[in-house]
Amino acid sequence: MTTHEDPRIEIARCLAHRLSDDPAAEVLGLNRLSGGANQETWAFTLRDLAGETPLILRRTPSGRDHVGSGISLNLEAALVRRAHESGIKAPEVRYVLQPEDQLSTGFVMGRVEGETLPQKMFRDPAFEKALQGLAFECGAQLAAIHRLNVSDIPDVPVSPAKMQLEAYRALYDDFGDPHPVFELAFKWLEDHMPDAAPETLVHGDFRNGNLMVSPEGLAAVLDWELAHLGDPMEDLGWICVNSWRFNRPENPVGGFGQLKDLYAGYESAGGNLRAQDVHYWMVFGTMKWGIMCTRMVDTFRTGADRTVERAAIGRRASETEIDLLNLLIEE
Amino acid sequence: MQDSPNLKELVGAVESFLRDRALPELEGHTQFHARVAANVLAIIARELELGPEANEAEHARLEKLLGEEGSLVDLNTRLCQAIRAGDITLATEGLKEHLLQTTMIKVEIDQPKYSGLRVAKERWGHF
Repeated sequence: MTTHEDPRIEIARCLAHRLSDDPAAEVLGLNRLSGGANQETWAFTLRDLAGETPLILRRTPSGRDHVGSGISLNLEAALVRRAHESGIKAPEVRYVLQPEDQLSTGFVMGRVEGETLPQKMFRDPAFEKALQGLAFECGAQLAAIHRLNVSDIPDVPVSPAKMQLEAYRALYDDFGDPHPVFELAFKWLEDHMPDAAPETLVHGDFRNGNLMVSPEGLAAVLDWELAHLGDPMEDLGWICVNSWRFNRPENPVGGFGQLKDLYAGYESAGGNLRAQDVHYWMVFGTMKWGIMCTRMVDTFRTGADRTVERAAIGRRASETEIDLLNLLIEE
Repeated sequence: MQDSPNLKELVGAVESFLRDRALPELEGHTQFHARVAANVLAIIARELELGPEANEAEHARLEKLLGEEGSLVDLNTRLCQAIRAGDITLATEGLKEHLLQTTMIKVEIDQPKYSGLRVAKERWGHF
């Protein structure tokens, strides 16, 4: 890539200007962290009169409209901002990209220090104390998220159990490989659908990997792109899916905590707990991850992603099948 | 009939090359993908060893469960329809055992160290 085409120059020039009133403000160390076809994440430091501030830019790649299953970055920014203002541990949104910036869509948020990779936290003694209290903290944060009023924020998708079940059933049917265990799960999920679940904001992807943890505890709840209105118990079930326990099934909450601590945190912050429906959503989440693994084979087969990793993920569907049997078969 | 080495031995040789020789010399994303590639070769080796017998046993169980004959895919499709329609449930004689046996061997091939397999073995033993 030649210097002329380097997108960092444009981004740095624009953001220094937008983020600070200081005419000498500079964007330093702009570094692309990750990014798939749909989204880029950049880290950088803003240096101005106030000092040095570590920040993150998330944006859709230039010239692309929003694609993918999640909400738009503009909507995500609005929800994260609301969460942060309400005292939830969400990053602070510093700036939302405007059309005249010509940097595509996206937003700038505070960069919170910590660790998201559970394998690292589990190994590092510095996280021992944080991990002990984490399930309770997760419960308390979830209760606060579920209490957020977002009625004035337009276009938040509504996605209760029934709609999601139909969507995943269609994804599964469309793929065509017969999976008797998924059939069993679909049947069970149809028969045990929670009745009269309230409709609240749901984070949608509250699990290891999206939780920034510092040695002091939960530092930030990241990745709000699957946020929607639905059954709040969905979030509690999702973080307990065995695939997120990273080989520590004895700790149902993300491999680090016990259900009673998650529940205690939830109720201490005023959450209305329905434990039976947490189990329902645990089964649901396991099925979802299984169907996702199955469908990721498509992106390999169509040539959209020919990596060996993408090919191999189809063989992770069987892990959710054994988990589903562990959940659905009673002694 | 092909000459020796057999497929399992050949795949094993490539896996060892990737793991022991290539991986230490790679870094970053390339190293990650090479590790995944070595894991995929291990899946192939296990499927070569366990797959044929597992598929045969699954086929026999399906014929018994459904009282029908057909290919493995056809019988699995038929079982899916029966579960979906509610004609076969976990209370049906043989379904629970069939699904456990089939799924445990699938995971044994795909990911023998997966925690869910360990949990299943603790609950129901080795099939």
